[in-house]
Formats: sequence, C-alpha cells, structure tokens
Amino acid sequence: MKIKLKIWRQKNAKTKGIFVNYSLDDVSPEMSFLEMLDALNTKLIEEGGDPVAFDHDCREGICGCCSLYINGHPHGPGEKTTTCELHIRSFKDGETIVIEPWRAKSFPVIKDLIVDRNAFDKIIAAGGFISVGTGSASEANSILAKKEHADEAFDSASCIGCGACVAACKNASAMLFVSAKISQLALLPQGKVEAMERVEAMVAKMDELGFGNCTNTYACEAECPKGIKITNIARMNRHFIGAKIGSQIKQ
Amino acid sequence: MAKLNAKIPEGPLPEKWSRYKSSMKLVNPANKKKLDIILVGTGLAGASAASSLGDLGYNVKVFCFQDTPRRAHSVAAQGGINAAKNYKNDGDSVYRLFYDMIKGGDYRAREANVYRAAEVSNATIDQLTAQGVPFAREYGGTLDNRSFGGVQVSRTFYAKGQTGQQCLLGAYSGLSRQVKEGTVKMFSRCEMLDLVIVDGKARGIITRNLVTGEIERHSGHAVVLATGGYGTIYYLSTLAVNSNASAAWAAYKKGAFWGNPSFVQIHPSSIPVLNDYQSKLTLMSESLRNDGRVWVPKKKGDKRPANDIPEEERDYYLERRYPAFGNLVPRDVGSRAAKERCDAGYGVGDTGLSVYLDFKDAINKQGKKAIENKYGNLFEMYEKITGINPYEEPMRIYPAGHYTMGGLWVDYELMTTIPGLFAIGESNFSDHGANRLGASSLMQCAGDGNFIIPNTIGNYLADEIKTPKIPTDTPEFDEAEKAVKLKIEKLLSVNGKQTVTSFHKRLGKILWDYSGMTRNEEGLKKGLVLIDELEKEFWKDVKVPGTADELNQELEKAGRVADFFELAKLMITDGLIRRESCGAHFREESQTETGEAKRDDENFSYVSVWEYKGKDKPPELHKEELNYEYVEVKVRDYK
Ligand SMILES: Cc1cc2nc3c(=O)[nH]c(=O)nc-3n(C[C@H](O)[C@H](O)[C@H](O)COP(=O)(O)OP(=O)(O)OC[C@H]3O[C@@H](n4cnc5c(N)ncnc54)[C@H](O)[C@@H]3O)c2cc1C
Ligand code: SF4
Ligand code: FES
Repeated sequence: MKIKLKIWRQKNAKTKGIFVNYSLDDVSPEMSFLEMLDALNTKLIEEGGDPVAFDHDCREGICGCCSLYINGHPHGPGEKTTTCELHIRSFKDGETIVIEPWRAKSFPVIKDLIVDRNAFDKIIAAGGFISVGTGSASEANSILAKKEHADEAFDSASCIGCGACVAACKNASAMLFVSAKISQLALLPQGKVEAMERVEAMVAKMDELGFGNCTNTYACEAECPKGIKITNIARMNRHFIGAKIGSQIKQ
Repeated sequence: MAKLNAKIPEGPLPEKWSRYKSSMKLVNPANKKKLDIILVGTGLAGASAASSLGDLGYNVKVFCFQDTPRRAHSVAAQGGINAAKNYKNDGDSVYRLFYDMIKGGDYRAREANVYRAAEVSNATIDQLTAQGVPFAREYGGTLDNRSFGGVQVSRTFYAKGQTGQQCLLGAYSGLSRQVKEGTVKMFSRCEMLDLVIVDGKARGIITRNLVTGEIERHSGHAVVLATGGYGTIYYLSTLAVNSNASAAWAAYKKGAFWGNPSFVQIHPSSIPVLNDYQSKLTLMSESLRNDGRVWVPKKKGDKRPANDIPEEERDYYLERRYPAFGNLVPRDVGSRAAKERCDAGYGVGDTGLSVYLDFKDAINKQGKKAIENKYGNLFEMYEKITGINPYEEPMRIYPAGHYTMGGLWVDYELMTTIPGLFAIGESNFSDHGANRLGASSLMQCAGDGNFIIPNTIGNYLADEIKTPKIPTDTPEFDEAEKAVKLKIEKLLSVNGKQTVTSFHKRLGKILWDYSGMTRNEEGLKKGLVLIDELEKEFWKDVKVPGTADELNQELEKAGRVADFFELAKLMITDGLIRRESCGAHFREESQTETGEAKRDDENFSYVSVWEYKGKDKPPELHKEELNYEYVEVKVRDYK
C-alpha cells in the first residue's frame, strides 16, 4: 500500500512549526499506525534526516502515552481506539494522512508531535486522591460498596489520562478527564468523605491552568478512546454546586 | 571476604519480619525531614514507595522517563493481584501463598523474603482499597476473587482485565498527594544514566533531562531503584517498548551484584508475531486459559482454517500431556509445550509459529454473554490488533518474553551490595525464584513499596542523621557526569549506517534463539559469540541522528541498547554455568525422559550472583546457597 503523510514538524517549544509532506510506498495494512511511523523514521534516519518525535510506550492502549491528532481526530478514526491500537487497514491505498500534535493552550508542544501534559498531574495533585496514609487502612472488606457503584467507579477510573478530550474540545476543556477522577472517587464509600473539598480543589486548579469551559459539545465523549461518559461531567457539576453551597453555608 | 550476606533475621519464619521490625533502628520525625531519598521509578513499586516514604516525612525526589508517573508499565498488568485473605474460605493462608510461590519458583527463591511478601499481601489489599482502587465486588458489596495461574485457591483480586492500571493509579494518587504535601518532588521525562558513589555509599544519580538534554546531578542519603523489568532485551516482548535495564545496569557496573540474570519468564499466551514491522507483543492474559482450550492440528502443516478442522483431528496437547492441570499448567510449562509443537511442525498461522486458544466449547456451554463478561476487553483488544473476531475463530497465541525474575541482588532489607542502594519491585531478583506465578508481581511491588522499604530504609538512614546534605560539586559527581557525557558523545559520533532499532531487533533474535524458552551449551556459546560481534558492529556502524542537547528519542534508545548488549552477555554466561533445568530456565541437557525440566539440587540450589569486574573482564560468580527449612523440596509435577 502507498500512503502520503502530512506531518507537523516543530523543533522545540520556542520555534514555529510547519507541515512537511512525506510518502511511503510500501506499507502493509497489518502495520499498526505507530509501526508505520517507525518505518518512516527508519527511512528518514537512513537518508540522514531527522526522525519525527512522537510519544508512545505500552503500544497496547493502556498507558495513555500516545497522542496524535490524525485527520482531524484525536487518536484518528475508529471508536474507542488509541493511536497505538490503530492499524493501517483503517486507511485507503493512496490516502493522505494528516498528523498533528494535540492543540491546546495548556498542552504546549515540546517537539514535533509531542506535547507537555503535565497539567493533568497538577490537577490530580490538587486533590485527585483519598487522604489515607500507608498503614492506616482498615480491613478491605470492612468497606462495603454496592457492586453497581464499584463497576461504575471502575468505568470512570479506566481513563488513561491521554488528553484526547482536551484536544477534541474547541474550548480545550479538561472537564471529562477531571470529572472521571471525581466520579470514580465519589462513587466509592471510601472517597465520599473528601468529595466536596476534592471537587473544589481540582476544578480550581483546572481553571488556573488555563483549560477552557465546557459548553456541552460532547466532542470529548465522542473522541475518548476509553469510552468515558459525559454523565461524569453532570455528576461533577452536581458535586461542585453542592460544594459551593456547602462552603457558603460554612462562611 | 564473604561478600554476600542476606541478613536474614533470626527466629522462626513466621516471626522473622515482626522481630526485624521490633529491633530495627528508627529515625525520628524531625530527622526524617533532613534526609533526602532518591527514588527512580514510578511503577507500582516506586509510586507506592514515594507515597509511603513521603508520608513518613522524608524528602523524596522521584524520577521516571515517561511524561508522567502514571504511565509506568505496571499500568499494563491485566489479570490481578494476589493476597492471602482467604475470603473464599478455601483454605488459603500466608503459608500457602508462600508455599505456592516457592514451589512455582522451582525452589530457587529465598524463603524469608518470599514469606514476608506473602505476609504483607493482605495489608496491600487494604491499602489499595482505601486509596480508591475499584476492585471487582460481589453483590453483597465485598471484594471478589478469582483463581489464577494454576493454584488451587481463589486469592486473586482484580479490576476487570486492568488490575495493573487500577493499582498503579491508586499508588500514583498517593504519590500525587505527597507532591501536594511537598515531601515528594517529581521529575518526569528524566532518565537516570549513572549512579554516584561516595565513600562506598550510594549518594546520588546523574540524569538526562529528556526534553532539554541537560545532564543533571541529584544527591541523596540513599538511593532506591524501582526501575522495573527488561523483557525488552528480546526486542519483542509484552513490555512497553521503552522499558529498559539501564539504571540497574549502571548500578551493576558501579558494584551492585546481579542475581540470576538467566531467569526470564516467557509467557505462553501473547498475540503472535504477525509481520516484520512488529514492535511489540500484546499479552493475552493467563486468565483466558480458565476457559480457553489450547490445541494444534494433529496433522503436520495442516493449513485448513481452524473451524474446518474436525474435533477428532485436533490435538489438545496440554490436556494430553498434563491431565491434572490441563490448560492451567504454569507459564514455563505452557510455553515450552507450545514451542515443542511448533518446532515439530504442528504450529498454525502463516509462520507456523502459533497455536490455537479456542473458546468454542466455553461459549457453547456458558453462552457468549458469560464469556464476554469475563474477557470482553481482551477479546476486543485481540480483534483490534489482528482484525479477527475471537468469538467466531479461535485466537492464535505464542509465547513472548514477559518478566525478568533476575535483577539486582538484594538482601532481606532489599539493599543491594552497595550500601545505601536499594532495589524494589521487578528490578530486584528477590521473590520469584526461577519462575513467577501469576498475580504475584503486583503483590510484591506494592508490598515492597508500601510496607518493606519504609521500614528497612529507616534502619539504614538511622545512621545517617548526622550526615549533612550531600553536595554535588564533588569529584565523584564530576567523574560520573563526565562518563555519562562521554558515552553520549561516543554514541553520537559513530555516525554509521544502521538504525538503533535494527540492532535491537537482531540482538533480540539472537537471544530468543539461543537463550529463550530452551537453551543448550552449544547454542549459548554461539549466542555469546554472535552478541559480541553484533556489539562491535553496533559501535562501528550505528547511526544516531540529532544532538545531545535536545529531545532525541534515538539517542535514548541507543544508550539502552548499548547496555542490553552487555546484559545479554551476562544472561548467557549465567545460563551456561547453570547446567540444570529449573523453572523458566530449561537446559536441554537436563530433562527427564518425558521432556520435563530436571532440577539438580545437589549442585545448583543457589542464587547465582554476579559481580562486575571491569570492561572486557569476565564477571565473578558468587553463590548464595538456598536452605529450605520450612518447605520440603520436591519435584514440580503438573501431570
Ligand atoms: C503485559 C503485562 C501484564 C502483566 N500482568 C500482571 C498481572 O496480572 N499480575 C501481576 O502481578 N503482574 C503482572 N505483570 C508483571 C507486573 O506488571 C510487573 O512486574 C510490575 O508491574 C513491575 O512494576 P515495577 O514497579 O517494578 O516497574 P514498572 O511499572 O515497570 O516501572 C518502572 C519505572 O521505572 C522508571 N525507570 C526505569 N528506568 C529508568 C531510568 N533509567 N530513569 C528514570 N526512570 C526509570 C520508569 O519510568 C517507570 O516509572 C504483567 C506484566 C506485563 C508486561
Ligand atoms: S477522559 Fe478519555 S480522552 Fe480524556 S484523558 Fe481520559 S481517556 Fe483520554
Ligand atoms: S502507547 Fe500506551 S496507550 Fe498508546
């Protein structure tokens, strides 16, 4: 199979980037998308050029490292698929594939297709945890959780922190990511104690880091590779309003 | 001078750990604030340690090469995490978990460490649950368990097929909490390239900032490595493609001994190699063998589609060879049996290097829905990668490099032979002998990080409270930094023609062929020569583009592959001296008449521990003799 590529190249955060065209004449439909980029890089290196930098690690859809905005979609075509799970068989012979980095103010480009997603860690550090010191946990089965709540918490917890939701959103909002963590913890009895403080702290941090507002376009849900549901955002908003009222009453 | 002292506490096995804890030295809270700890790695081991050490009040600097700690490869563990809770009332106990691990490891692990790993397992489940890990639950609200990896009790806690992800995210949230508290300082995209030793003690590391390329110095009163496994030495493996051994290897070259380098677990069920471009092998969890049946055609080279091969022409070889355990034999046994069939010409697929894992009977019996509930995400993953629907056609699987039982040698305190350098999680050699049982690594990682290192490091640091902050402008740091820079320059200056990856692939192939599922003297010797030649070619003809002072992924890879050559030789050297078969290490010269592994306890009941003696000098072998006081050493029999 032949494919044409139009790839965003940017030396570093300080320089401007441009699209560069490449073509590969001998790709196999069996290749994964990242293996296709490996093949391109091999070619570039052998020709004395500079390989394209892109983030990747597990290559099995679980670490959240890979990103790439492919033909206008974060993680490319295909539902609930990360870039590393995407295969060339999803593209047509002769097709031009446009590859860009995530574009969001809070995710600055580091090089080529690699962006800095550190802002997510900062949001988690603001409150995305249960304050339990090592050693002070009680017997696991002394905390009972309804199976359906545990299952729902699991669904929210399966977010891989890739940032596709932010890249998909015209406002670059991080609401889906943040609400997934908030929901996971709020759905479990052990997370309920701090639920109000958590939502306030995480939302404040998210705003501080420059992520945009949610205007309910649902683009995040459509592009999320892990099927994180928009209902998480509604749940978070309920908690947030609850927390705000709560803190006003306290004052 | 006896260099190896495992420091196993006195007393009966079940009391050793509590005795240790009641007599160890303590550091008071005011002093903890003045002590710096360097912690490399944020997998389940490292993140748990960061969270726990930070919680105690130490100053912890934490490093990982990914862009965030949450991506460490612990995230990919699928099946589950063991604990001896005995929630199922099926006769489980700490002793039984300990016993299963010792037996599973083919009697090549140290009793005291394994017992302690089992002992702290229950507290680990409590801790993870409290941190908000959404483990699977029963309708009554209690935690659910499943059976895993050919043991007779149900002791595995799980979160669908994403247990590693959920446990890691729990530990990462603990780490994040300490970041907020100010006890943990996180350095992501920052790779440790060397260890710094001052007056015989581990005092710091040299790192490369992977974004700017800057070489940096970090000092501490102690250094903890939690750098994970290096199955990637085979190029294709179930590990993340960037997993590597370089941090541990740097420690080895600075004097930390390496235990059992030849012990590598080859997992029996991964999606097979499909083409030459392939960069990674994806695991299909062991849990699938609870319902899937493994077979190959009875006729050699049978090219018919699986569904066209009638029942009587299928060879369910695991059920045939191992009637007692059937499809649930341990990993080493399952892998070798698959290799045996494929080598004999019965393998399926274009390459003939795969076997079927068939769910037809399970689907007929339990219904598609039931199978989907149990394994839905794995089936989806399989279909995404291969384009084949496993509900309709059997999966094709083949063994893949998976877990490194070998690693830095540590004593009971998880300290290496370098004072002040600790190794936890998969990076050490400690708990799994010659073969690891399923769901016991997450258990070990979380236990090491949460409950063991916070105690043992205190015992060491209690003597360091008067040591002021370690300065980094000293000759030791100068020298280490110089060496690191020199290696980088050397890699960049070769300017040859072949890519780093092409060398890595060739190295992987040699290791797979000569030091993979089965080994023999001739092959190992040949492998050694081939690796040596390849290494020389690498240093003459590798092409590393770009410069040192920028984000340069090829340079990162090059450094790791350069270390893999050296480690590969140690792996083979170790395989050569161990003229017995045990666990994953199968020496063809040492097998029973029916082709099973034959251990030689008389001559090899020891941990082989290697000391680096300098470039181009052979490493020196030390032996830690293994004494079994609490288990009777038997032949592992799964027939
Ligand atoms: C696909 C798969 C499935 C598995 N399933 C299970 C299972 O179901 N149950 C089970 O018990 N076990 C399972 N295992 C094994 C288990 O997941 C691992 O052994 C375990 O997670 C290793 O954890 P760790 O903390 O030691 O290392 P890792 O999680 O690998 O973390 C290593 C860390 O070290 C860092 N690092 C390494 N080198 C450097 C350096 N030079 N500089 C800076 N940072 C560095 C990395 O960035 C990373 O943060 C599985 C393994 C695989 C591959
Ligand atoms: S919510 Fe979905 S898209 Fe957003 S970070 Fe999580 S997994 Fe990625
Ligand atoms: S590389 Fe890990 S999710 Fe894609």
